[in-house]
Amino acid sequence: MTISPSKHPLDPILRTERIPHIWCPGCGIGTAFSSCLIALQSSGIDLDKTAVVSGIGCSGRGAGYVKLDSYHTTHGRAIPFATGMKLANPDLNVIVFSGDGDLFAIGGNHFLHAARRNMDLTVICVNNFNYGMTGGQAAATTPNLAKTTTTTRGNPESPFNLPLLAYASGATYIARWTMLHTRDLTQSISEAIQRRGFSFIEVLAPCPTGYGRRNKQKPIEALKIFQERSVVKNGANPGEVLLDFKLGITLGKFIDSERPTFTESYDKICRPQTAADSA
Amino acid sequence: MKFWRVPLDSEEILVSKGIVYIIDDRCKGCGYCIEYCPRDVLEMSSRFNSKGYHPPSVKQPDLCVNCHYCEAICPDFAIYSLEAPANAPAA
Repeated sequence: MTISPSKHPLDPILRTERIPHIWCPGCGIGTAFSSCLIALQSSGIDLDKTAVVSGIGCSGRGAGYVKLDSYHTTHGRAIPFATGMKLANPDLNVIVFSGDGDLFAIGGNHFLHAARRNMDLTVICVNNFNYGMTGGQAAATTPNLAKTTTTTRGNPESPFNLPLLAYASGATYIARWTMLHTRDLTQSISEAIQRRGFSFIEVLAPCPTGYGRRNKQKPIEALKIFQERSVVKNGANPGEVLLDFKLGITLGKFIDSERPTFTESYDKICRPQTAADSA
Repeated sequence: MKFWRVPLDSEEILVSKGIVYIIDDRCKGCGYCIEYCPRDVLEMSSRFNSKGYHPPSVKQPDLCVNCHYCEAICPDFAIYSLEAPANAPAA
């Protein structure tokens, strides 16, 4: 029963020579990544015209494991690289798969401006509540009072509300799921890849080595919290979504709206094809 | 299968049947597939893989309904299920 007659269904788009990956036992990034690959495979888009871009960090390793055009960029700069790729070749489907530290701490400004411009990108942010790769320091998403290597008496700061941040910046698709809600997550990613405009999906994932160890949260316990405390509220106001291990976690597809993407506006204003366009 | 109230067509409904395959050497023993299998098909084994982790083993192969949840939740691409051949006995 343990000898496989064929290969894993995701093997065709996985650099199998690099597997097993670097993510720790119980880390949620693997599941988020696998959902992303299932969505890529099942959405029916042309995988030869798909590129995956990652920044630095644990989640940033994602680009190195996918057997498509992929790009492992400098720290925090995944979105600018992706923006450049999309502008140079508007036919590409560009997916940014990175972590909360990369996208919102060092790369925070790039996120804001890509969302403001409504770049046609799909941004998947794996939020594991700390800087996992460097040893579990407090990040921009670490919950208040949580213990990390740099906040041994509890985090005095408040975390970002990422869906609200994305909404305020102008993102046109915003969803949040945990890695336990793999079906919804896969569906959401698939939807985001196939639509136009800036799509942002936050994936909550346990970090057993960095965050869990210092906050007495075993990987399975973290999943139990995700299971018991989460409430799905599609269409909820991003300003009111909760992310608190005690009070509750609001999940769902919060925003799905339409407005012209950067490429469309640019073409209309700077590259008018007809007299009507330039008027 | 257990029902709260037996549907009238329960005899006609075909329950899909799956076979679970485990790629031992990719497993890191997190136990998510065991914990979250809706039919309780898997259990932690006592054997070790080449990295020193305990991969899961199939405890009740007949219960698998090929829902692919283990495949989706496994962070290590180490488990998957395939549809059982049609000539297998009905569940």
